[in-house]
Amino acid sequence: MNKLFILAVFLCGSILYPRPAPAADAVHGKTLYRVYCTQCHGLSGDGKGINAPQLSVQPRNHRDRAEMSARTDDDLFKAIKEGGQAVNKSILMPNWDGNMTDAEIHDVVAYLRALCCAGAK
Amino acid sequence: MRKVIALGGAALMTALSITSVRAAEAPAKIQKDCAVCHQMSGPASPDLAARQTRKGPPLFFTGNKFRRDWLEAWLQKPTRIRPAGDFAPDHAAKGPEGDAVDAASLSGHPAVDAPAAKQIADYLMTLTPNTALLAKEDYTPGRVSARIGAMDFVKFKGCSGCHKDTPKYGGFSGPELHTAWQRLQPPFIVSYIRDPAAWEPRTLMPNKHLNTAGIHKLANYLRTIGEKPEKAK
Ligand code: HEC
Ligand code: HEC
Ligand code: HEC
Repeated sequence: MNKLFILAVFLCGSILYPRPAPAADAVHGKTLYRVYCTQCHGLSGDGKGINAPQLSVQPRNHRDRAEMSARTDDDLFKAIKEGGQAVNKSILMPNWDGNMTDAEIHDVVAYLRALCCAGAK
Repeated sequence: MRKVIALGGAALMTALSITSVRAAEAPAKIQKDCAVCHQMSGPASPDLAARQTRKGPPLFFTGNKFRRDWLEAWLQKPTRIRPAGDFAPDHAAKGPEGDAVDAASLSGHPAVDAPAAKQIADYLMTLTPNTALLAKEDYTPGRVSARIGAMDFVKFKGCSGCHKDTPKYGGFSGPELHTAWQRLQPPFIVSYIRDPAAWEPRTLMPNKHLNTAGIHKLANYLRTIGEKPEKAK
């Protein structure tokens, strides 16, 4: 648990802030990502999921460090919870508030940070 | 014929191909045969691991979901409903152009003969734990043109990201919807679009928080594309 917390803090880049409670769990985030997100964003997060060829706007490549670094954790959280439209993006990016709790969405954000910027597989 | 020693896949197929049994024995036999892959009694689990490991969609609310005539016919000649199987991540593989459905990982559905199909449909249609959810819906099927409906389904609501509204067009991860009207009870369609998690807490479908008029418009579109012309009135 302690190890996970340190990992999560590292991944979130939230070292500057006081300890968030409870800490986001990037490992659980990876499982959630596989279940809900890989269908469009791809098994490896490269934006090339099985549904992608049928989408008129291509899903974000979550391994793209430059693009992902341009977004804060709050931006990512909002895009996932409320959907693409809430951040002036395509409606093809769904809102996931009916599928995951806020804590689970924080876990997914932690995993996205690991994926884009910490070399996680 | 009477060999019901179910050991492994081949034996399972044998067990399923047996014709109808005495009426009193049917529920127990169906529960047992189908529970190998389907959840046969509720409630639906909120457990994420259960959604990843299940082998087929839940059947414990069959009587609230399917049209009986479709069910009886499909059990005898099952065709694929979910292009990427019941859990898409397990049936996707990386390819040169990105991920694609791994057809080799999908297997056909066991079929049963006509008397068994009747018996199974009779029994499964009695499974109706979600009648209260359907009772919340007040839907009279209406009309929307195929063109307007398609634009709504694809562009404004984003349903085509995961569902096909023609055999060729639409995503792979959700059940095909050009056949939805023949397969599903109209109030189920409406109720599922309104709140998918009320049916399955770990559904892979998002809740778009649509208003009733918007939901009815989508249901009417599924009717437009799914109703067989010869049955239309
Ligand atoms: C139906 C397909 C689909 C699914 C499923 C999906 N997405 Fe997306 N997502 C998209 C598309 C398309 C875009 C690009 C939107 C745009 O650029 O206008 C996108 C963009 C994003 C973005 C970038 C938003 C931005 O600021 O540019 C994030 C973050 C994201 N998705 C996360 C997720 C997560 C996490 C999940 C799973 C919980 C998920 N997506 C599931 C289609 C999907
Ligand atoms: C080896 C596993 C397996 C067994 C055994 C099995 N099924 Fe299935 N069943 C599946 C899968 C996987 C699907 C999803 C198929 C698809 O969507 O294309 C499915 C789909 C269905 C559907 C459609 C459900 C839906 O929500 O779309 C019905 C009805 C059904 N099965 C009935 C039965 C009955 C009745 C039995 C027992 C006689 C049975 N199945 C035995 C794996 C199985
Ligand atoms: C992110 C992918 C996704 C999107 C977007 C989506 N769905 Fe679904 N939908 C699914 C999945 C997956 C299922 C099956 C539930 C499961 O397996 O968890 C489903 C189930 C359904 C069902 C029940 C069908 C059956 O045979 O069981 C209907 C009806 C439906 N969706 C309609 C819609 C409509 C209308 C929209 C647009 C508002 C939509 N869906 C958007 C993925 C999606």
